[in-house]
Amino acid sequence: MTNAEHKKSGSDETGQTVHTMTGAEVLLQVLADLGVEVIFGYPGGAVLPIYDAIFQQDKIRHILTRHEQAAVHAAEAYARSTGKIGVALVTSGPGATNTVTGLVDALMDSIPIVCISGQVFSSLIGNDAFQEADTVGITRAATKFNYLVKDKEKLADKIREAFYIAGSGRPGPVLVDIPKDLQLAQVPYVKKEIKSHPSYKPVTEPHHQAIKDAVTAMKKAKRPIFYTGGGIINAGPHASEGLRKLVKLSGFPCTSTLMGLGAYPASDKQFLGMLGMHGTYEANLATHGCDVLIALGARFDDRVTGSVKDFSPNALKIHADIDPSQINKIVLVDIPVIGDVARIIELMIQEWEAQSDHSVDQEALKNWWEQIEKWRAVDCLKYQQDTKAGEVIKPQHAIRRLSELVKEKSKEAYVSTEVGQHQMWTAQYFPFESPNHFMTSGGLGTMGYGLPAAVGIQVAHPDALVIDIAGEASTMMNIQELATIKQYRLPVKIFILNNRYMGMVRQWQELIHGGRYSESYSESLPDFVKLAESFGLKGMRARTIDELDTMINAMLDEPGPVVMEIQVEREENCFPMIPAGAPHNQILLGPVKEKTKTAS
Amino acid sequence: MDYIDKKTLQRSAQQEKDEFIKAIFSLIVENESGVLSRVIGLFAGRGYNIESLTVAPVDDHGRKSRINILTSGTPMVINQIKEQLNKQIPVYQVVNLCQQGPYVARELALIKVVSKGSERAEALNLADAFRAQVVDASVDSLVFELTGKTEKIDAFVDLLRPLGLVELSRTGIAAIGRGCQTI
Repeated sequence: MTNAEHKKSGSDETGQTVHTMTGAEVLLQVLADLGVEVIFGYPGGAVLPIYDAIFQQDKIRHILTRHEQAAVHAAEAYARSTGKIGVALVTSGPGATNTVTGLVDALMDSIPIVCISGQVFSSLIGNDAFQEADTVGITRAATKFNYLVKDKEKLADKIREAFYIAGSGRPGPVLVDIPKDLQLAQVPYVKKEIKSHPSYKPVTEPHHQAIKDAVTAMKKAKRPIFYTGGGIINAGPHASEGLRKLVKLSGFPCTSTLMGLGAYPASDKQFLGMLGMHGTYEANLATHGCDVLIALGARFDDRVTGSVKDFSPNALKIHADIDPSQINKIVLVDIPVIGDVARIIELMIQEWEAQSDHSVDQEALKNWWEQIEKWRAVDCLKYQQDTKAGEVIKPQHAIRRLSELVKEKSKEAYVSTEVGQHQMWTAQYFPFESPNHFMTSGGLGTMGYGLPAAVGIQVAHPDALVIDIAGEASTMMNIQELATIKQYRLPVKIFILNNRYMGMVRQWQELIHGGRYSESYSESLPDFVKLAESFGLKGMRARTIDELDTMINAMLDEPGPVVMEIQVEREENCFPMIPAGAPHNQILLGPVKEKTKTAS
Repeated sequence: MDYIDKKTLQRSAQQEKDEFIKAIFSLIVENESGVLSRVIGLFAGRGYNIESLTVAPVDDHGRKSRINILTSGTPMVINQIKEQLNKQIPVYQVVNLCQQGPYVARELALIKVVSKGSERAEALNLADAFRAQVVDASVDSLVFELTGKTEKIDAFVDLLRPLGLVELSRTGIAAIGRGCQTI
């Protein structure tokens, strides 16, 4: 208890000590009880009492971002890279409305965060007061749950409940709106925990018959595939370990969504790479041609399925998810398994071993792998990089070299990305070996996510190598966070692939809109090196292929933060690509590979 | 349990993929501000249809409310509506009465008729036949109260239209399962 000793104390009917403190002090005490170490936030009128309480304690560290959206993204990445719950603190009105993008981002990607927003005095609510906004109304569809605390007696419990809801079941963002008068009021505080809720009871233990049916189907498979998603990462390291074991035990191939990368090691032979719109040729054709599809913690997003009616048309589908509403939402499945995916995998392994008298048709599996190896031999990620001095850098090559040089230094990087081509190239060319190392905005596709996310990761892992792989357009969306990086001396490496286009928009305009590049060029860009210097950061630049390795090494060797601009091929497209709404077997390969495909 | 329900859905959804079915969802929810907005927002945000909606507190202490929603959609959509409602934190329970078994669904209507002479007499005769109550009367006007199935109210209203019907207020349906079963 930091501030409470000198406060009034008494005891309640159960003999528990009741301390009376201000609402703001209760908030910080409860956060400390819940194990919160860091808050990302931005002060303002309606949270001044909370900031005053922050000033007078030393358990919780506050990181001042330069925009409330960035505070939420930083909290998201903090959560995703640690498995803890991220916390953001913002003021009323514009402070709260600025969080909306971050909250929806967390909702789409199932990231557990709690956002505390200040609200105007209770007596002013509804009067269009200064900096008043209907925060719970605005964020209702942006959160897993939200509420306005009206009763000061309930303040502590509502905060505890918010953490329970955010972190349990399918994780997500929870917002608690606290009027300023409650922050100032004398509020009772009793130390306790909340681990249940009267009307919210997530199912974590799967139906055992479902596990049995799933494993029986898996054993009968001739052309099986695992399709794994972000749920595995949310379920914790135990789920990733289990997945590795299950994939090895079965001998089946494994593909992953964008959000699931790292759950299964990219370097393993049984891993086929990412599936979906920019997934690998082998992953997509295997998903299309499989006879048993085992979806674990994935939700059949349209960027994964393409044309729903043609998605994995002949497969028996097993779908494991903690959220019952995901089952049969997009694709009808044969065997639904509802529960915590870590537990599901654990039970699947047990059941696999229990059904030892039924073994997989090894001959069929061997044929399936032969087919997959033929698809893999197409080498769909091949690109042509001219290595003569002075040649233009291919963006794919920049990312590949980045990953290779990181590995040469025996480091494992935490990577965040912005959204667009560079994000897809990162998924394709930067192999992730362990979970919680890849932070990206998958569901919402939020440009401007990567830089504040890198802040959140570096705060959580002060000694780790953190790289934001960015595009020049996305990174401009939250560029103000360079100041946060400077203030807290966060040694983040911002690796900007500059093609002077909103690359993915330009690519679609080239392929789908007749090459009419409407508003997709990055005009009037800053000089990124000078920009970095103006924030007191190190700026670097690579213009041609001969400078690439040197500059990457210089960046990695620099102990402090670096803004690195890599000038890349302007009109490079991201392939493979399944055009929106097309089936997986109509995958387009890049200009280098298109010939090979027709030949095979 | 859920596992069997979902497997059943898989089969029925394949058979009648695009056919619309009716559903009456009865929800027990926390009686706090914002819950109704959450439920309605869900329907609006996900493009589900609301044909009628009723809500009122139902327990002794006013802590829980019951919401009845009449809707329709393909079996896949109806299943989604149920799961999405269930996912809302302040929702205790969601039951699709149409799926659960036999049920009773009733609606109340207040109907104002302004007419004289034979039209007024005819309106009163019809009210008698439909067992509607006269709850307000003036020289030129009548207000009928009628409780019953939606179809019965529709029929009564249609008959009154040429007889001076000027205003209509309907509650939407309240519904409950038949027999001992409760939600």
